[in-house]
Amino acid sequence: MAPIARYAQGVSILRLLRRPPQDGAPAIARSGKFPVWRWVILLVAGVYFLLPLYAAIRFAGFKAFGSVFTQPGFAEALWTSIQISAMTWIITMALMLPTTIYVHLRLPRLRAVLESITILPIVIPPIVLTVGVLQVFPTQLKATMWLLGIEYVILAMPFAYRSIDAGLRSIDLKTLTEASNNLGASWPQTIWRVIMPNLGTSLLSATVLIVALCLGEFTMASLNLVTTFPVWIVEFDQLNANISTSASIFALVVTWIFLMLIVTLGSRRSRRTGAGEVTLFTVTANTKTIGES
Amino acid sequence: MATNEAAATTSAAATDVAAAAAVVAATTGTSTREGTSVSLRNLTRVFGATRALDGMSLDIAPGELVALLGPSGCGKTTALRIVAGFETATAGEVLVDGQDVSGRPAAKRDMGMVFQSYSLFPNMSALDNVGFGLRMRKIGGAARRQKAGELLEMVGLSAQAAQFPHQLSGGQQQRVALARALAIEPRVLLLDEPLSALDAKVRLQLREQIRTLQQRLGTTTLFVTHDQEEALSMADRVGVMRAGRLEQVAAPDELYDRPATAFVAEFVGTMNRLPGSLGSDGRTVTVLGSTVPVQDGGPSSGQVTVLVRPENLTVAPAEGGNGIVFLRTFLGATSRITVLLSGDLQVLVDVPSTHAAAMTPGASVQVAVPSDPVLVVGAEG
Amino acid sequence: MANTTELVTAPGSQAGPGAGRIPRRPAKLPPPLQAAVRLLGLVPFAAYVVVGLFIPLIAVLIGAFKNPTTNAWTFSNIDTITHGAYLRGYENSLELSLIASILPGIFGLLIAYAIFTAKRGGKVLRQMVITASGVFANFGGVPLAFLFIAALASSALVTGWLNDIGVNIYAHGFSLFDLFGASVVYMYFQIPLMVLIILPALEGLRPSWREAAENLGASSWSYWRRIGGPVLLPSFVSCLMLLFGSALSAYATAEALTGGTIALVPIQIGTLLNGNVVAGQENIGKALSLGLVLIITVLMVVYVLLQRKAAKWLR
Repeated sequence: MAPIARYAQGVSILRLLRRPPQDGAPAIARSGKFPVWRWVILLVAGVYFLLPLYAAIRFAGFKAFGSVFTQPGFAEALWTSIQISAMTWIITMALMLPTTIYVHLRLPRLRAVLESITILPIVIPPIVLTVGVLQVFPTQLKATMWLLGIEYVILAMPFAYRSIDAGLRSIDLKTLTEASNNLGASWPQTIWRVIMPNLGTSLLSATVLIVALCLGEFTMASLNLVTTFPVWIVEFDQLNANISTSASIFALVVTWIFLMLIVTLGSRRSRRTGAGEVTLFTVTANTKTIGES
Repeated sequence: MATNEAAATTSAAATDVAAAAAVVAATTGTSTREGTSVSLRNLTRVFGATRALDGMSLDIAPGELVALLGPSGCGKTTALRIVAGFETATAGEVLVDGQDVSGRPAAKRDMGMVFQSYSLFPNMSALDNVGFGLRMRKIGGAARRQKAGELLEMVGLSAQAAQFPHQLSGGQQQRVALARALAIEPRVLLLDEPLSALDAKVRLQLREQIRTLQQRLGTTTLFVTHDQEEALSMADRVGVMRAGRLEQVAAPDELYDRPATAFVAEFVGTMNRLPGSLGSDGRTVTVLGSTVPVQDGGPSSGQVTVLVRPENLTVAPAEGGNGIVFLRTFLGATSRITVLLSGDLQVLVDVPSTHAAAMTPGASVQVAVPSDPVLVVGAEG
Repeated sequence: MANTTELVTAPGSQAGPGAGRIPRRPAKLPPPLQAAVRLLGLVPFAAYVVVGLFIPLIAVLIGAFKNPTTNAWTFSNIDTITHGAYLRGYENSLELSLIASILPGIFGLLIAYAIFTAKRGGKVLRQMVITASGVFANFGGVPLAFLFIAALASSALVTGWLNDIGVNIYAHGFSLFDLFGASVVYMYFQIPLMVLIILPALEGLRPSWREAAENLGASSWSYWRRIGGPVLLPSFVSCLMLLFGSALSAYATAEALTGGTIALVPIQIGTLLNGNVVAGQENIGKALSLGLVLIITVLMVVYVLLQRKAAKWLR
């Protein structure tokens, strides 16, 4: 899926999942005057989205599901993808976390620059990036999963940055660090005890999307000739379409589970910290007084 | 019943707003239209287990400004929204000029509403915003623009006619919202905490302007607020609400001097609570060493709590008095003295600042209750 | 941070008589060097971005103008891509992206509005639809292609059902592997994407606007025509930009579905990368990439401008 899509989706989905729906929905809607068309739309949408799933399951047959896991190459491909995810996650976190915190605290004026740079990987189509990467990377790295691990960091960067940035903004980093320093904590202590715990949801969502990215990225992996999980699914289709379809559904279910995970863990967290409206990508709007300005 | 502070501020403000308001006030007050009466009969609104409104009834006379005052959650906004038509009551009805409008949709009730904030349409200029209701009533372009212009002038914002809401300050936005609501010459004006989101200085200016306009136009108005100063200074009558019910509806001074319940007494203004014991006939109470008459309506025997306003207590320096000055707060013309009495009792006494010089913290003083009838509630109340 | 610099006196200046009361701090670097040192903290990030992003990108952009054998500057690549098969590739891609952005745009808006206005109990529905959207928006490429092949290929399930009720879509010229068929598949992730990115804009529509409009006598239609519509329009169009870019860049889905039977720019690029290239044509792929980047840049500029306009109103 195009990075643009992933970015926009990432930005929106968690913000929306966090924000409680407005209780002030307009009266005309609350009076239920147009329930009919609303349900028609949702029904049509439901059919459109669920029908292919049903068809695929029917086509693949339930037997195919069980045998997916024993197919040649499945385990290796999945393992490769998992390794790449781990690598990407480690590098992304190690790079983006300190950088974002640093920029927030010491170089606030460069935040805009940073934001523009992190927009780039999502504007550039992955196919284009792949062309460039295969052009400039040393041959030892080509066709290995190391290249993917390295480049997926670039693909994940916009999202990781936005996530951590929003998390930092919502906790008013400057005030917290000043308070912490004032009370005598050193920098490492501040980061470990004050900043990180408050970034829980940000890190969680960044993790989930990094994993989703690595498990779903096809373009760069296939052109780089590495058999990651999605690549395996396509290759295997030549042999056994049923299996491939089952594997596809498996991938879908895994993504769904991940997202449910982040929703439940995230909301449980917000209840614990007492944060009423857990926002991830937006700073909660205050209803402050407006004076003559 | 404007407090000293408010009077000082509003008279000192030399802004175009005050000037415009003065001009408006100078014109003759009453409008030629007959006012509209509004009646709320036994309004009840239940959400699951919560009773947001519990049998609330209120009659608003034509041309009157009634304020609904109360803490958050008391149901005042719910009542207003039911009158406006944005919510439906579980029971009870709303009568306008004797006719039941409960079944009519909001768009057809001919009421003008001013919301708390951010209600101006962002894609329209101030002029177009004000003219919107007229457009909905199919009033043609030129007439509409002229009328909208007149109303903007009435609120002192002619210069901002072409500006968009995001270019206006909060106070200006609310003035435009007011003009917009009045442009359609509504039978009833509804205000939902319109000043809450503004800062103090702007709030005071707008208070006066709203009241002046309302009186000039003679529009029956229902005004919801949690700020008692606002309610007392603007309204003809104030209805104090708690937990979905009206505790008292009265003119501001009556509310202040003769609160009907302990809740009203303490919600409106400041009250001291003093322990006292009722006389055998229940008509007098002994408090702070003196015996004074009791207002009607309280308990008839036993230990009670006496409620007295700070300005109704007297305090004077005295050797061996019943209290010691704890704190002296300078408030301008008056000073508020906090006195510690025996039994861990603290009272607030307001004295003119000229007399406060002797009340230094630590000084021994005598606090006394004057001989006017006092409000008395049960000891637990 | 700014405070410390102000305490630094110019090197070589003597402390005046009054300055004796201010305790002397250890000498610090002059301000310009201080700023430079602070910037050092960004070095790891900058290095990574340069190596991983800028260098490949520049390689592509430069390569577009180079002859692969002689390494000389040339416009011949550009010339090739603006004619013949490659031009058709652009045409197809743009046409596909147009269909696969406008249609999902409208449907996504309708769905978003449907869940947005749901009343009590609608919270659950809303949560469900958002999560589902998140899942489906992520679900592109290979698995998606398979789902649709299973459903709508000429001998597949849904086709069979439709035949049973007398609707033979293939007789009407439908094919899963042409532009329209591909856009039907694209909608599977484009619609959820639209739902997700338009919901915040819908939520920016304050209920007090709707209520104020009602209060002043407006019908539903009047409200949408004069307030809701105009306010939402910049956001809607900017979301369409994103959808367009998303459809344009899609490689995995197109490849898995069509396997190269339709000329689409991303697929053409992929083919050129995979070898089997006529000598001298190796840099065509880069030229094609350049074209894509240009189109998408235009889209993103429009997107940013529209978002800024929307933000003014939806504050």
